[in-house]
Amino acid sequence: MNTPAIRIESLTKRYGALEALAGVSLVVEQGEFFGLLGPNGAGKTTLISALSGLVRPSAGTLAVMGHDVVSDYRNARMKLGVVPQELVFDPFFSVRELLRIQSGYFGISRNDAWIDEILASLDLLPKANANMRTLSGGMKRRVLVAQALVHRPPVIVLDEPTAGVDVELRQGLWKFIRKLNQDGHTIVLTTHYLEEAEAMCGRIAMLKAGRIVALDSTRALLRQFATHSLRVRLQRPELGVALGGVAESEDWIAFGFDACEDLEQLLARLRAAGAGIEEVQLGEADLERVFVEVMNRA
Amino acid sequence: MPEPIAPITGSSWIGFRTLLYKEVLRFWKVALQTVLAPVLTAVLFLLIFSHVLDRHVTVYGDIGYTTFLVPGLVMMSLLQNAFANSSSSLIQSKITGNIIFVLLPPISYREFYAAYVTASVLRGLFVGLGVWLVAIPFVDVPVEHPLWVVVFAVFGGAILGSLGVIAGIWADKFDQLSAFQNFLVMPLTMLSGVFYSIHSLPQLWQDVSHANPFFFMIDGFRYGFFGQSDVSPWLSLGVVSGCLVLLASLTLAMLARGYKLRN
Repeated sequence: MNTPAIRIESLTKRYGALEALAGVSLVVEQGEFFGLLGPNGAGKTTLISALSGLVRPSAGTLAVMGHDVVSDYRNARMKLGVVPQELVFDPFFSVRELLRIQSGYFGISRNDAWIDEILASLDLLPKANANMRTLSGGMKRRVLVAQALVHRPPVIVLDEPTAGVDVELRQGLWKFIRKLNQDGHTIVLTTHYLEEAEAMCGRIAMLKAGRIVALDSTRALLRQFATHSLRVRLQRPELGVALGGVAESEDWIAFGFDACEDLEQLLARLRAAGAGIEEVQLGEADLERVFVEVMNRA
Repeated sequence: MPEPIAPITGSSWIGFRTLLYKEVLRFWKVALQTVLAPVLTAVLFLLIFSHVLDRHVTVYGDIGYTTFLVPGLVMMSLLQNAFANSSSSLIQSKITGNIIFVLLPPISYREFYAAYVTASVLRGLFVGLGVWLVAIPFVDVPVEHPLWVVVFAVFGGAILGSLGVIAGIWADKFDQLSAFQNFLVMPLTMLSGVFYSIHSLPQLWQDVSHANPFFFMIDGFRYGFFGQSDVSPWLSLGVVSGCLVLLASLTLAMLARGYKLRN
């Protein structure tokens, strides 16, 4: 059995009286595309910071590809690439200088072939010799991704990589990240764009107030928590309400249902009651509804 | 599942070397501000003080004031710039957030310390050398014991480089760093005997000067040039070495704990 890409056991992080992480345990297997979701202040960035050695855990252990991030930090960090949330850069250097320097930090003195490959993949080659200060926000974001990849880490953590990024760049980034995942890299993603997480992630953990409140495959979460929705405009809306619907307006009634068979039965009951169906709208189950429901329950 | 691309393994020596290279490149890219400007300031001190005092003051018997002044100015510039290098680099990186690029890789706290302090020493040496070279056409300064000159220059630079690391990590804003510079480093440097021999002071101020480690850095450094000093160079070397060990230990302890960097 493969070593997990990430293993977190009973991770606690306290800042004085504030418990930012309260006993989080989590395993991410190699090759997964894993989503870490939660509202602001849930502890996502603290968890990533603990994983990457930017904060010291108050209790618990974390390992990347089997290497403890505290006692065996050199190997753990060699195996981890982190794309930070903030758009940070060093204004003294060009893109290429920055990537060469970042390679050196990871013990790689000659890395130009790989750097060129990353630059080409991220459409950064024309800007390779431009100073970081002259780049647009989107370009700087791509450089952050490039910096995280210089040492070819098997595990890549992206902390809200598409925050404030235009649609074109966002699509380009996802294409590139999906390719990395297909090549075997384990991807851990935090994002507030839930439709992106739904489309990309095979498994998702939801955090609230430093605790994991949901952890399952994306499909299972959608099945488990979210019902599909049916909105119908009725001639006699009071009959719809009597059958368990919720009045959204004077004549629109909303119903929730889990499976397609339930939909057929629901429509049959409305017809049998003589409610007079005039218009029908179907709503798909989506992660946003799951998220809201999980957060409300927790 | 396809095999992940094999990670490249590397040595920590390259990490240290790269961080040192980055720190040197950082000040070298703005050398006008980080090297030439302090050289100019020191030369102005030299011109003004030598013009005013050279005919009135001699030190150690027959050494002219301008000649006496040069090693002190060289060392003062070296110390101040060694401090400025590590402290300004760290606080800029902290405030802009790009410090994470150094904290994410597998660089140990010892390598981190060694790289920042070595870069500080190098900047100090560049500035000190610059002051000395510019002074050569104006005044003939002997170098009696070059090894003492080098030892005190490197140790002094390392002490101030360490102090700069402490200040850069401790300070949360430029204002706090400026206070560190203006209320600690500047007075201790100015009152260390750069511009005078402490034998010209009343006994009380001579005693006070002995509590200032900067005095021993400059006095020992000056011994390397003239073969004469206010106190024994061995005493100065002992004090300076002790300060270096103390500050290096304190800085390393801060870095090992991750104080204000990894919390």
